[in-house]
Amino acid sequence: MTQALDEIKIGGLGASRKRVEDNRFVRGKGNYVDDIVLPGMLHMEILRSPMAHARIRSIDTSKAWAIPGVRLVLTGEMMATRNLAWMPTLSYDTQAVLATDKVRFQGQEVACVVADDPYIAKDACEAIVVDYEPLPVIVNPRQAMAEGAPLIRDDKENQHDNVVYDWEVGDRAGTDRAFEQADLVSKLELHYPRSHPSPLECCGSIADYDRSTSKLTVYMTTQAPHIVRAAVALVAELPEHMIRIISPDLGGGFGNKVPVYPGYVISILASILLEQPVKWIEDKTGNLISTGFGRDVYLRGELALRKDGKILGVRMHTDADHGAFFSDAQPSKFKIGLMHSAFACYDVPTAHLTARGMYTNKAPGGVAYRCSFRVTEAMFFQERMVQAAADDLGMDQAEFRRLNFVRDDDFPHRTPFGFLTDSGQYGKCLDVGLEAVGYQDFLRQKEEAKKEGRLLGIGISVMTEPLGAGNSREYDILGIKMFDSAELRVHMTGKAILRTGAKSQGQGHETTWAQIVSHELGIPAEDIVVEEGDTDTAPFGMGTYASRSTPVAGAAVAMVSRKIRAKARKLAAHLLEVSEEDVEWELGRFYLRSAPDRGVTIQECAMAAYSNMPDGMEPGLENVSYYDPPNLTWPFGCYIATVEVDPETGVWDVLNMVAVDDCGVRINPMIVEGQIHGGLTEGFAKSSMQWITFDEEGNCIGSNFMDYLIPTAWETPRFELLETCVPSPHHPIGAKGVGESATVGSPAAYVNAVIDAVAHLGVRNIDMPLLPDRVWSAIQSAPSG
Amino acid sequence: MTSLYEEISPDPPDNVPVRRVTMTVNGEKRAADVEPRLLLAHLLRYGFMLTGTHTGCDTSNCGACTVLFDGKAIKSCTMLAVQADGHDVETVEGLATASELHPIQEGFKHEHGLQCGFCTPGMMLAAKALLDENDDPTEDEVRWAMSGNLCRCTGYQNIVKSVLWAAEKLRAEGRS
Ligand code: FES
Ligand code: FES
Repeated sequence: MTQALDEIKIGGLGASRKRVEDNRFVRGKGNYVDDIVLPGMLHMEILRSPMAHARIRSIDTSKAWAIPGVRLVLTGEMMATRNLAWMPTLSYDTQAVLATDKVRFQGQEVACVVADDPYIAKDACEAIVVDYEPLPVIVNPRQAMAEGAPLIRDDKENQHDNVVYDWEVGDRAGTDRAFEQADLVSKLELHYPRSHPSPLECCGSIADYDRSTSKLTVYMTTQAPHIVRAAVALVAELPEHMIRIISPDLGGGFGNKVPVYPGYVISILASILLEQPVKWIEDKTGNLISTGFGRDVYLRGELALRKDGKILGVRMHTDADHGAFFSDAQPSKFKIGLMHSAFACYDVPTAHLTARGMYTNKAPGGVAYRCSFRVTEAMFFQERMVQAAADDLGMDQAEFRRLNFVRDDDFPHRTPFGFLTDSGQYGKCLDVGLEAVGYQDFLRQKEEAKKEGRLLGIGISVMTEPLGAGNSREYDILGIKMFDSAELRVHMTGKAILRTGAKSQGQGHETTWAQIVSHELGIPAEDIVVEEGDTDTAPFGMGTYASRSTPVAGAAVAMVSRKIRAKARKLAAHLLEVSEEDVEWELGRFYLRSAPDRGVTIQECAMAAYSNMPDGMEPGLENVSYYDPPNLTWPFGCYIATVEVDPETGVWDVLNMVAVDDCGVRINPMIVEGQIHGGLTEGFAKSSMQWITFDEEGNCIGSNFMDYLIPTAWETPRFELLETCVPSPHHPIGAKGVGESATVGSPAAYVNAVIDAVAHLGVRNIDMPLLPDRVWSAIQSAPSG
Repeated sequence: MTSLYEEISPDPPDNVPVRRVTMTVNGEKRAADVEPRLLLAHLLRYGFMLTGTHTGCDTSNCGACTVLFDGKAIKSCTMLAVQADGHDVETVEGLATASELHPIQEGFKHEHGLQCGFCTPGMMLAAKALLDENDDPTEDEVRWAMSGNLCRCTGYQNIVKSVLWAAEKLRAEGRS
């Protein structure tokens, strides 16, 4: 008998295969946008507004033009002559490319300089004189709603207030009834503060327009190159086949590199005007104050409760601060993204959500910062409300959750807001976490510590989240449906190249996609090279964000491999001189059912596809698959933090952080764990230190890494990871998204833990980030603090 | 770049002040005529085309630009090229030989200490500075030594493991 292939050995599904991309990264040979140098390349710098809201009286660029080495100075007025002063956003609004009438947030793009050298371009920006007439500034939704508030979007004809939308979902009347029948109503008001994804690499582009071929090539920090190509075709009115977007190595994305930013557009115009390559590399301040932020939502939440602990209904109202332009990068038709995925893991009979969006004088571009859009807020609000409700009932945190979970045998389950969850084992997931953290033991320790005046707390967060947009019925961007794609070419020696419409930013697609092919075809992973990010070569796809790569592009990889296998089966039958029905498959090999020793390998089939195909068969062994998922995937998880709070200083330390994640079948466990570590760290960052805020004049506090605090190795807690595995019922290999689960689920665990430590003093809430002074003040002003 | 003349041109434009600097980079002598305001990070990246040294901030916080300067880890975005005149600089490109990775590089790959790879060169050089001084650091010592370098992807846990892995390998090879 021939020996069956060992799937782990060949780097298939489940192998913790070392990453292919690391070979270049550890040598410093990654190829990020700023590493690329083109002959004759010029450098662009953007002048940004120092004011949050002001009319532009005049712009004098003469001193900038006079500096040697300056090639071009552009203002909004000049952009307007080409109809490019404004551009459409991904949310059907408009956004200024370079300001014409007024500036609407601090950091807005006002002018730009192209010069021989980035230093000269910076000098020239400083030489531009802009005369501003200051206007009253709005920095939160409350001010935006106030009587007599200045109108931010006076550029829009039918806009008479600062409201972006008023939207609702769920059953209002049914929810009202549930609240009438409640024994107890638990209320909580929360703010999920503005945050910024802040990948270490900022945004940038190199536009290269070649007059002789009419071809525009743009190297760009983008998570979604094909969407950008479509957008450029529409905005710049260039023919789509003459646009090539290349997204090289990306130094992180986390949602920040999904939108189309003014800088990209201006660099393209500059290159067209100058007929030379133009490079724009944003600095960190530009990145933090002008590009896609995350969150900034206020919640009024209410739970209708029966006294035995059963949740009867949920009522939520959210006010979202969208900044000056509504440019949310989200693919759903729901105005507030997937906020109404809240309470999906709980069996809630009825729910109602109202959501309002407001314009303010802050940066635009809400992005799904390491999450499906607004799912992070949804799950944070959910788990904070759940904790408050358990406290109000005097019930144990874990018990209250267990009582209300959707039961394991209750799938598929329609949530009160209309989502269809397809699988889950929430109770088991919670139990695994509780056991790891030593729940009962910790509760005893906590009581002991209290006697000594020490404050210990434990915080639980359980959630299931919709990941992997979409299905094309409900999810699209500018009308383009949310599918994804994979193209596989198997060469005659059985080596292969795979291309997908996704785009890795550190997730390791070059490693993991090959593992899926390997699982489906038995070709060793090292024999498969993976390419992404070049719109001239990759099949059309919607890119990588919202944890959609594995659910959608990953599924396409499996499906295209199966198409290849189907053709290989025909080739195998031909080589074995039998009919197709007599041929069986095992990993990497077809064999004769009646004589298992007689078989041909996938590599032999590949050779036959080019050298010995049956009559009438097309030569070659290549195919492409477009995958439109039937549903989102529903990973779930449980995060439990234990903390000690110092009552004297308000400083809190994480004692233990346990994460139990269920992302179904794991393609590469090592990479999955790396993703979870990263997510837990961002959850810790947001709950403890990281936020973007503004003073009343609209100055951004958090415009650099001195003010925008990102935890280092020193502050970051150690994590303990555990797992359960309920495969996705519809994904071809049973996988679900995971890259963002811990970012979504963990913040509530940290916050719940701190609140748990001080709840007996009468503290009900502290808004994130839980900076020591906030915690200290809350203790001081608590009824028994 | 006009602010940098690696090929020393006979007559740079007279409005730009220029200074000649020479330094050893990864064991090789390099010379350049530079504007006095040019940052060392930019000379390395755009002048010498050693693009493994990254820049991730404007405020000396992120450490993506970390290089070894006379053996000590420094942030090359915070030093002018002219300050490096006559000194010894080691960048990520100097870690591996043609055929062999340095144990620190191997460690990062082995323990999945990187994702997007943008912080990685700086992280590895900060690690090298640590391990050159202390061949058997504790986890806390590693975390402290790396606390000038930000990573947005990994959550550091595997970075710490990578450094400890490398330390062990270096000790086993008697290279520390
Ligand atoms: S580039 Fe951030 S510290 Fe040097
Ligand atoms: S690996 Fe991406 S910043 Fe560290």
